[in-house]
Amino acid sequence: MSPPAPRRPGHEVVQGRAPRPGFVLEVDRSTPSTLFHHGEGFRLERLPVGSRIVYPSEAVPVLRHPEEAIRQALLQPVGQDPLPAQLFPGMKLTIAFDDVSLPLPKMRRPDIRQRVIEAVLDLAAEAGVDDVHLIAALALHRRMTEAELRHAVGDRVYDAFAPHGLLYNHDAEDPDNLTLVGHTELGEEVEINKRAAESDLLVYVNINLVSMDGGHKSTATGLSSYRSLRHHHNVKTMQHSRSFMDQHRSELHSSNWRMGKVLRDAGLKVFQIETTLNNDTFPKPFDFLQKREWEWSARDRMAFVAATSGLDRMSNRMKRNLFQSIEAPHDMTGVVAGEIEAVHAITTAKVFEQQLVPVSGQADVVTMGLPYISPYNVHSIMNPILVACLGLGYFFNMYRGKPLVREGGVVILSHPTPWEFHPVHHPSYIDFFEQVLADTTDPVEIEKRYEASFAEDEWYRHLYRTSYAYHGVHPFYMWYWCAHALQHVGAVIIVGGDPRAVRRLGFRPASTLPDALEMAEDTVGRDPSITHTHAPPLYMADVS
Amino acid sequence: MLRGFPFAAPNVPEGVEVLPRKVRRGAAYDSSWAREQPARYARFFIVEGPMRAAVSTLASPTRKGLDRLAGLRGPLIFAANHHSHLDAPLMLTSIPQPFRHRMVVAAAADYFFGNQVTAALSALAMGAFPIERSRVSRGSAEQAAELLEEDWSLLIFPEGGRSPDGWGQGHRGGAAFLSLRTGVPVVPVHLAGTDRIYPRGATRLRPGSTTVTFGHPLQPAEGDDARRLAVKIEAAVATLADESATDWWGARRRAAAGTTPSLTGPGTTGWRRTWALGDRSGRTRPARRTWPEL
Repeated sequence: MSPPAPRRPGHEVVQGRAPRPGFVLEVDRSTPSTLFHHGEGFRLERLPVGSRIVYPSEAVPVLRHPEEAIRQALLQPVGQDPLPAQLFPGMKLTIAFDDVSLPLPKMRRPDIRQRVIEAVLDLAAEAGVDDVHLIAALALHRRMTEAELRHAVGDRVYDAFAPHGLLYNHDAEDPDNLTLVGHTELGEEVEINKRAAESDLLVYVNINLVSMDGGHKSTATGLSSYRSLRHHHNVKTMQHSRSFMDQHRSELHSSNWRMGKVLRDAGLKVFQIETTLNNDTFPKPFDFLQKREWEWSARDRMAFVAATSGLDRMSNRMKRNLFQSIEAPHDMTGVVAGEIEAVHAITTAKVFEQQLVPVSGQADVVTMGLPYISPYNVHSIMNPILVACLGLGYFFNMYRGKPLVREGGVVILSHPTPWEFHPVHHPSYIDFFEQVLADTTDPVEIEKRYEASFAEDEWYRHLYRTSYAYHGVHPFYMWYWCAHALQHVGAVIIVGGDPRAVRRLGFRPASTLPDALEMAEDTVGRDPSITHTHAPPLYMADVS
Repeated sequence: MLRGFPFAAPNVPEGVEVLPRKVRRGAAYDSSWAREQPARYARFFIVEGPMRAAVSTLASPTRKGLDRLAGLRGPLIFAANHHSHLDAPLMLTSIPQPFRHRMVVAAAADYFFGNQVTAALSALAMGAFPIERSRVSRGSAEQAAELLEEDWSLLIFPEGGRSPDGWGQGHRGGAAFLSLRTGVPVVPVHLAGTDRIYPRGATRLRPGSTTVTFGHPLQPAEGDDARRLAVKIEAAVATLADESATDWWGARRRAAAGTTPSLTGPGTTGWRRTWALGDRSGRTRPARRTWPEL
């Protein structure tokens, strides 16, 4: 009997209408109040008539059969032999994967990394490969907990490898397990994880949430050490990356590419797997957060009212627990495998397909509602340094061409900015905030006077290696991430933030958005042009 | 006096040909009423209420591999190994939504539909419909195929009955045939532990723990026939058994090398088969002290 037309696993997902692209709305009298994320909460704000709001595009269609797509990507890679042809008995295989900072929020199970890693291991099993290590490529981020690793790679992989010590976090401070591979033509040291460097094949599993992710940065940053990272995680690199989301104008990207070439010339064989996600960020009942306000249904409005009034009655801890439990309904829009640069070119185009929104011209004032999460406070507290980094590092740099705000303009952030730190995750942030920022907020000065003492501090090193702490130097990198914005803008105002914490950052606190707009006029003059970035879901402004 | 007709059955006049009685048992049992809305509501409360409570208490299930079903739509055929009467309730409380409450169970016509009471209870509580296991029945297969085409998911135990000795039995072709006939994927499932709680022939329940492991849905490939697909399903269940007993990576490697332990056990008979079960037999020493008290 021959089978009938296949009803494939998962059958056909109804795609519905085509997703609408992102667009720029000009505010008029009929425009409803606009949603601002505000940490673990939201605000509805009325923007002045004539302001612009940049809306992200809707979620693009996803792969109907992700497992099949992954298998096809492994069997038909770009610029390399199929994965099965690169696997052989007796080989050393290392699988590295992105850490807890991706994706945001964490995605519901099964995580994309689990799907890919299981597919790779299936092929490795067929090829008779015994020597396999799995490494969370976390660079100087905090180690992943067992629960986080289980979420990322799945229980099956975790239970099979972790008990034997074959699934672990990368340690960027373990001299015995790092290898200096070489130097770039500019003298940058390239030092990466020894096991990865000595493997017959390194398979890197990426989640490309934004265009900065992936490429040579995966290995050259994710599996490297402070000795190597300091060459591109510095003020000069950040100030010369316009922006670091645009690989053609990113010095961060160039440095990683130079390092990647050193690794390739040294004989490191990398099979790169990059995956892209749609921007379906919030599950029910928070899905109204990704709708346009005039399309909120009665249910959405009720959800908003219930959420805001409920959140008002909760403690910060309860709110954090609630928000950090959100699992995004992200789905995979693409998977490409093979040679790093060829793969990354395809993936970046796929990311842009979801995220690019054309915007005409810059604005005097840009407003941003900052959400509860950034790459560095997953299951943690968004401390003031991370607030600055999310606004001025990430959201500000989500542009191609020119920044959304003109040079000398004003950025207005909306976030509670509590003077709160997670003592386990962010110990060096506390000292950075209390000591360094109390002295100066100038990134160049900070780098020159303080970086080495934090980076080489034995206690921070110990906490990074044995606890769940970010590396001692990490708060510096967060501040450097802001360096381009700090150089570019005339003032930064935070609405609704703890005034003491805001002033410590060197910014100006405002109670309300109208107050902030009035304060901005001191810098940019009367009747400024205003643009609001309606994110998340994330988008990237293509500013002409 | 309330005796005789019409208070008792009438006599049959002589010389009149008696019509054959409509058989409402066994494979001829009409279970369609159990798929009507009122019965479905009743079953929802039975499954989510007493059945789930009983399963949790008796079997403490650990459910693995549910992520392999994430995002799937439409009907599926769940094919599991079979050791105990506990298997069906365990499956009905483990299968995820949206399949759980649009589910029918292929149940042995001779056993569950032998009389009106067990037939009605099976149909109501489990959504069971009769399937002949002693011979190939076109009627049973047609009914199962129609239900799949009406978007009902199907739970079937391809071994055709509970294990007589703790080892699995060879798979029959029912699940494979239905998958080929309708194009609906088969989800292999391995159940571990129910044989210790309530094995065939047991007279009392011994609460314990169980593990339900769901596998990736199997799709009939070009050129597959029922026999070949049944072998694939059996191999997938065996791999899940290996995964459940050891770990996923080891199981995958043994599957790739063709050394996955067989579900059906060694080809020996008698005590050697029981011996090979080892700890899995669940036969433990009696608690009663046998050494005389001094």
